[in-house]
Amino acid sequence: MSKLNTTPNIAAPDDFYAELLAIHEGRSKEESDRINARLILLLANHIGQPDVLSAALQAALSPSATDQA
Amino acid sequence: MKKIFETPIYEYARVPDQDAVSPVRHPVVVVGAGPVGLAAAIDLAQRDIPVVVLDDNDKVSFGSRAICFAKRPLEILDRLGCGQPMVDKGVVWDSGKVFRDERQIYAFNLLPESGHKRPAFINLQQYYLEKYLVDRLRALQAKGKPVELRGGNRLSAVGQHDSHVSLEVDTPEGPYNIEADWLIACDGAKSATRTMLGLDFAGRVFEDNFLIADTIMEADFPTERWFWFDPPFNRGQSALLHKQPDNVWRIDMQLGWDIDREEELKPENIRARLRAMLGEDTRFELEWTSIYTFQCCRMEKFRYGRVLFAGDAAHQVSPFGARGANSGLQDTDNLVWKLGLVLDGKAPEALLDSYSDERVHGADENLMNSTRSTDFITPKSATSRNFRDAVLDLAETYEFARPLVNTGRLSLPCVYDGSALNGPDCTTMPDALRPGSPAIDAPLREGWLLDRLGNGFQLLAIGVDVPDALEDGGITVTALALDPDESAAFARRYLGDAPGAVYLMRPDQHVAARWADFDAAAVIEALRTATART
Repeated sequence: MSKLNTTPNIAAPDDFYAELLAIHEGRSKEESDRINARLILLLANHIGQPDVLSAALQAALSPSATDQA
Repeated sequence: MKKIFETPIYEYARVPDQDAVSPVRHPVVVVGAGPVGLAAAIDLAQRDIPVVVLDDNDKVSFGSRAICFAKRPLEILDRLGCGQPMVDKGVVWDSGKVFRDERQIYAFNLLPESGHKRPAFINLQQYYLEKYLVDRLRALQAKGKPVELRGGNRLSAVGQHDSHVSLEVDTPEGPYNIEADWLIACDGAKSATRTMLGLDFAGRVFEDNFLIADTIMEADFPTERWFWFDPPFNRGQSALLHKQPDNVWRIDMQLGWDIDREEELKPENIRARLRAMLGEDTRFELEWTSIYTFQCCRMEKFRYGRVLFAGDAAHQVSPFGARGANSGLQDTDNLVWKLGLVLDGKAPEALLDSYSDERVHGADENLMNSTRSTDFITPKSATSRNFRDAVLDLAETYEFARPLVNTGRLSLPCVYDGSALNGPDCTTMPDALRPGSPAIDAPLREGWLLDRLGNGFQLLAIGVDVPDALEDGGITVTALALDPDESAAFARRYLGDAPGAVYLMRPDQHVAARWADFDAAAVIEALRTATART
């Protein structure tokens, strides 16, 4: 059983964040929302494991919950 | 008591140039006696190159301005003979806290690597830096070095010619004319030199206002950098608190774009903001306040004929990440040895184009980093703000989100990757010292490596026999032969897995080339490459 990795795991976080913002540059709110939805589905498929996805969904829902699994 | 920025320290005085029948020619004239111009003048004077510095003022800069000086600029100031007073006076810091609303979301420690003479950062008011630079310049003058600092001298006209630059200088006693073989413009973001030459300064203006209040108070806040997102005392905006020497605290508050500037600047309104932040009981006085907006801009090139631009005159960044004065000091560090070789006729003028290429590369890296910080602190679209807020939502509980929080990144020197001056690399050695990299300090049995490097070309030989000196075209390379076991940090940083190493070091302590063995012909060839004589 895998656990949701919440420790830093992106080698160059600033580069990633800049690239993330760049794909939204100049888009409308609707376009950006759609892009984000597609992004979530792509990443979820890459992850695959149901328990990890469930943990991520719960963490996103209540990010300050300290009783994380 | 008078503050040091209220006291004239280079008052106007009449000079013989003003009474000359025809304009006197100087090898180098520097416009602007801020940190960058003074650093350029000291570097030139240390090389016995005559230099005249013109400044329209006669005091160090009013107010605090730059406060955060990073390790590499401190090392450059060591080479210029003013690193020690900076570190003695400055506040060394390495930890901080990030708050959101009323809560601390996390604390951090930069965990600086040990085995370096200088700390990762110090905080110090810019006027102290300028004072130490002027002191150093006076000490060089006392030793007979050819440097002049002319206060109350304002550049009023400039003309480019094939063989020189002509300058008209205005003074309290009227204008006079001089000429310079080379002009270094260090006259700040609003560079009059740049404007008079009609050169572009392109970039992006950020639609935001920030209030700076340098506040004197007896407070028991720790020596940490505190950054707030959306605090109760500045709703919807950010704020920063950072300690400087003499119980002066830098408070920086984001105000937003649509403000009544005059209203915000009224002392009673600033005081009300600070009381809300610091608590009703904290007693404070204001040393300096201002409201600033900023832009991220740079000139297309930093060399135009015989005029060389450095510091804010050449590039302007947002203040997040301390990349203004820090990068300006790296500009003149790069420029002055090159100008010295060109003036001596030992290198072609093309070497000065490498100044532009290398420092444009550095400026772009700084612009990128400071723009990223700015985009995080002041998101410019709804989606960008969503991501920023999501990062902050997660950062308190989930460690992974903290590296994404960007309130300004550590100012690190750039590597001149791809520079035309770079020679051969030896890839068994650590990547961090590939050609183009600034030297990394290391403890030696006695003292520090960086105190043994700089000003001229050197062959740093580690466990490899090399001659005491080599010469080519009037340029000397002197050997600095050291044992691999000077210290573990030294061997790790310079050798990695290699048994021995030969590094050709530039006068600005950057690596020009490196090899596993010594080959005189290869060194001479790399020296020619590093001086644009190919």
